[in-house]
Amino acid sequence: MDNPTQEIKPLVEPATAENAPLRLPKLVMSDVAQGTSEHLEPTRAAEPSEVRKFLNEKSSGRLADGSFAALMLVCGLSLFFIVGLILWVLVMNSRPSLHAFGFKFFTHSVWDPVSGEFGALPFIWGTLVSSLVALILAVPLALCTAIFLLEICPQKLRAPISFLTEFLAAIPSVVYGLWGVFVLVPFMRDTAGPFLEKTLGWTGLFAEPNFGVGMFTASVILAIMIFPVISSISRDVMRAVPVSQKEAVLALGATRWEMLRMGVLRNARIGIVGAVILGLGRALGETMAVTMVIGNHPDISKNLFAPGYTLASVIANEFTEATGDLYLSSLIEIGLALFLVTIVVNAIARLLVWAVTRGQSQRHA
Amino acid sequence: MSALPQRSPGSERALRLRRSLTDHLVTVLAVGSTILVLVPLILILGYLLYKGTSSLNLDFFTKIPAPVGESGGGMANSIVGSAVVLTLASLIGIPVGIGAGVYLSEYGRGRMLGNAIRFTADVVNGVPSIVVGISAYAVVVVKQGHFSAFAGGIALSIMMVPTITRTTEEMLATVPLAVREAAYGLGIPKWRTVLSVSLRTASPGIITGCMLAFARAAGETAPLLFTAFGNQFWSWDLRQPIAALPLQIYTYAVSPYDEWHRLAWAGALVLILLIMISVTLVRIFAGRGMLKGGN
Repeated sequence: MDNPTQEIKPLVEPATAENAPLRLPKLVMSDVAQGTSEHLEPTRAAEPSEVRKFLNEKSSGRLADGSFAALMLVCGLSLFFIVGLILWVLVMNSRPSLHAFGFKFFTHSVWDPVSGEFGALPFIWGTLVSSLVALILAVPLALCTAIFLLEICPQKLRAPISFLTEFLAAIPSVVYGLWGVFVLVPFMRDTAGPFLEKTLGWTGLFAEPNFGVGMFTASVILAIMIFPVISSISRDVMRAVPVSQKEAVLALGATRWEMLRMGVLRNARIGIVGAVILGLGRALGETMAVTMVIGNHPDISKNLFAPGYTLASVIANEFTEATGDLYLSSLIEIGLALFLVTIVVNAIARLLVWAVTRGQSQRHA
Repeated sequence: MSALPQRSPGSERALRLRRSLTDHLVTVLAVGSTILVLVPLILILGYLLYKGTSSLNLDFFTKIPAPVGESGGGMANSIVGSAVVLTLASLIGIPVGIGAGVYLSEYGRGRMLGNAIRFTADVVNGVPSIVVGISAYAVVVVKQGHFSAFAGGIALSIMMVPTITRTTEEMLATVPLAVREAAYGLGIPKWRTVLSVSLRTASPGIITGCMLAFARAAGETAPLLFTAFGNQFWSWDLRQPIAALPLQIYTYAVSPYDEWHRLAWAGALVLILLIMISVTLVRIFAGRGMLKGGN
């Protein structure tokens, strides 16, 4: 180890000591001598350099800067414009129904287009029940998967599994619906339905008749659809917990679960609640898949096998065939309610997630 | 610490056993739930491949839908219609989305207005697509007097903007400040720096974001129900109703005919493949992007 360095040193030192001081002036001198200075010197004194001139020509300074900034600002403000426009359009178009029914619209449980009676309660019930059941099914699974991918999963499997779970989010809603109609509905009718009825029938939540289409099938589809949202965002939130926290708990002799419970879950709980609410927002507004399997019947029933109807699916089903102003404006008022509810739900969820991941580079699903 | 000596060795062992049992139980639960989640995914994809490939043929890509009762027919017009509507949506949505992202990252950082826009983008991202559909109906379709491809494009572009805005902002944030300072040092004005330096450096990530928004829009059905409406025939006119792949899948899936169900599966397979291919292409393309953008 010592010998080579000792041999090299004498080789290097003379080289720098002798050549460097000699070469540097030589190079500079040769450049100057080649006439570049003679050509440049007079022009430089008279006007700005070539580079400066080029830049000045190509960029008309303040005007371009100002108008570019303004253009970007307009693009940014367009988001306000979108929200404002949607709100204005919905309010304007639902006025006939707002006038005719007032607040009673949301507490009235009869939806009869033929006699002109419109009450949105069955749809609110259907939306809430299907979304909540979906959350009950999806949240434990999503959190367990997030924990698995973050702490337990071997490094090699992590990328493919997280890609697969995220791929669930890329499947279009209508494809879920298609699968639901031809695979899940028969399965619910013939296999899972009778089993649930036998084991949980005493609760009154699962009772005959079971046609396969109904609230519970819709909830299962919804659960599959919101799973990736909850899983990936709660993973981001858990990842935001400082490693030192986990190491501190582990250093006290905690098992892995105790470390997760005390070090990770407790610190990330606000963000996890945010992720769950974000999933709720997605479930509330989901349209196509639910419309295809929920049965589309405006009933309020405790039985989860009974067909239901949601806010989004009534719009999807009846909007194009709505005759008469009152019918149409009632449907638009349902849209308005859906819009306001999802805005509020999403705003709360975002604030909660921000509270935890603020300051980190944020990654979104 | 004072409690420790009072504990008998037996209870100590029981405690340790309980802790390690809980730990193992949680591990098993986590592994089990992951498997449980992967099952429906594999079922969906497997069934889709099985049903889709068995009913895909050349006719699917070259013919328009056959009348009820006749076998055969395809979805050529739906594929073209989807392409038309999506092109229109991208032409509107991508520039606006990138512009808003540039504003957030380069001009609005740390300002009230910037935070408000960022928040609005996140919230608009969660607005149900069906609500966007009725709004586009009320604004465009009612004014025009009939359903149109144009209205469908507007509705989808609204779905695309927030995603693109947020990814653009995040990707621009990864561009090192030194790169921008180097540009300023050369006397390049800010607008030129943003266009030729910041956006260029971040372009792989931004393109990925745009493609993801595109893929999401490609599968949207609800906003098209009352805007593009669907069409059983060829149409190139932006002012007329136009067919779209997700719409056609929906129509066929809820129909009572086996022949149409078969086509719906083929359509779903094609839709998924198109989405997957576009996303994968972008991954590869973005992976060897010019400067890799630090992402």
